[in-house]
Amino acid sequence: MTMLGDRQQLAYIAAQAADARVNVELETEGMTLNIGPQHPATHGTLRIIARLDGEQVVWAEPSAGYMHRGYEKLTEVRTFPQVTALVNRIDWLGSFANEVPFILAAEKLMGVEAPSRAQHIRTILFELSRIANVSLFLGDLGVQLGAITPVFFAFRDREYVLNLIEAATGGRFHPNFDRIGGLKDDLPAGFIDETRVVMKKLRTFCDQIEDLLFGNEIFQARTRGIGVIPKDVALSYGLSGANLRASGVDWDLRRDQDIPMAWNKTEFKVITHPDGDSFARCWVRLQEVRESTKIVDQLLDTIPAGPVMAKVPKIIKVPEGEAWVSTENPLGEMGYYVVSQGDQGPFRVKIRSASFNNISIVPWLLKGVYVPDIITILASLYFILGDIDR
Amino acid sequence: MGLVDRGRLPKPLTTLFNMGRSYSLWVYQWGLACCAIEMGAAFGSPRYDVMRLGVIPLPASPRQADLVVISGTVTDKMAPAIKRLYEQMPEPKYVISMGSCANCGGPYWDSYSVTKGVDQIIPVDVYVPGCPPRPEALLEGIVLLQQRIKNEDMGARWRGEGTKPMNVVDGESAEKGGVPVVVNN
Repeated sequence: MTMLGDRQQLAYIAAQAADARVNVELETEGMTLNIGPQHPATHGTLRIIARLDGEQVVWAEPSAGYMHRGYEKLTEVRTFPQVTALVNRIDWLGSFANEVPFILAAEKLMGVEAPSRAQHIRTILFELSRIANVSLFLGDLGVQLGAITPVFFAFRDREYVLNLIEAATGGRFHPNFDRIGGLKDDLPAGFIDETRVVMKKLRTFCDQIEDLLFGNEIFQARTRGIGVIPKDVALSYGLSGANLRASGVDWDLRRDQDIPMAWNKTEFKVITHPDGDSFARCWVRLQEVRESTKIVDQLLDTIPAGPVMAKVPKIIKVPEGEAWVSTENPLGEMGYYVVSQGDQGPFRVKIRSASFNNISIVPWLLKGVYVPDIITILASLYFILGDIDR
Repeated sequence: MGLVDRGRLPKPLTTLFNMGRSYSLWVYQWGLACCAIEMGAAFGSPRYDVMRLGVIPLPASPRQADLVVISGTVTDKMAPAIKRLYEQMPEPKYVISMGSCANCGGPYWDSYSVTKGVDQIIPVDVYVPGCPPRPEALLEGIVLLQQRIKNEDMGARWRGEGTKPMNVVDGESAEKGGVPVVVNN
């Protein structure tokens, strides 16, 4: 018996030793996972280098620059009207919204103010481009999580908004409609009635997405409590837009600053959410589309008559000086610091785009999350590569 | 397939093969910039619906794709990745260059960081102009490519004629890739 006992003990010890050997062999090693630069989940060409320990991210860093087109240098060799065509393509989903702060900065330098009808139309088109932008985000969000249906809804309803923008400006994607001192043209006939119908459709779209996606159990399980950004961290990283409001900061440049646009003539809620997780960011964006449709409806009611262009010389020369104007773009705060030396073109333009600051939090945010959550967190942060790299 | 390699495919069979190839194009979507959204609208939206043309826009990797749509601004940093993934596609492969940026640099013609045309890196079959082109324009580009595939001599295409051979080790293989090989039997 004792022999057997000893043998059993020996076998146990041997088994443990074998286990230990296996454990030594299976010692976890760091692995580097490269996502991108061509990956459907990165909305373009962002590259993320993540160092993993098993399934957890130890360290992650975005490598931007795959879409760098040298905007700030190109603006130095373009005239002011030409720069408008260029800055359209920074945030390509909400193109009109990119033009507005630049034109406002140039107008500030020239001491010109657009007529109030032009301001109204600008605001309407601004909000329409926000709706076009964020509705695609809502559809794309489903794709990131494996739900294909929402993207079809998004593309379907986005077409209506693009048709409106095309009817008003002639450009489906890149309007290039803003001029220093006003707008190129007045609204076409039937635009106002058509817009009312489309806004109604968009509100239905929001309801559908809320039912389909936000009420979905899988969606909630994958976004609630994941990628939490506390209020102070969000502020210290310079986040803006819906990412900041989802962390509970009540901050909206449409309401908080006084610029010659028509937002102060409307009433709208600034949507905030206390959680700061992925779900909150997506939810805030969804509600903002609703608010935008309401803003457009109010502006359509109160649109004043009058000219759409102030008196400006044919050849635009902006007097010497510096100006900074920023607006609440679909992705966050976007601003231009324009330095002019009295020429036809700017001397230097510094572009502050929202996505660049928004993804600066990625290394902090991805630390410790699991690999599948990388995709949902990046999707909920919502960046556009042209907006990051410029 | 031996017949194809030797370029001795009977004509009816060529027509049949070409028809099959042109209506089952697997497209690898290389979305880079603004055009990527219009490409997404063409491929993913119910309004344009590319699948009715026999185009399948969802291969998992370039190794399963017949066609790549380069849509958007090609920067110098991105160019090596484009070349590398193009080389991983199996022959016969086709390229559609979508938008002014991919065609020639577009509005960034004087930028320091933009490659002026993707045709500097990879051979392009169809250029779709526009900034960005409408989804209908991309669909027309695909239809033109399908016409081109239908009229193709498949044997010549199979041998990689007209395209430079990629992994040339010795002169012989380069010669075989460049000129039609006639087998005497």
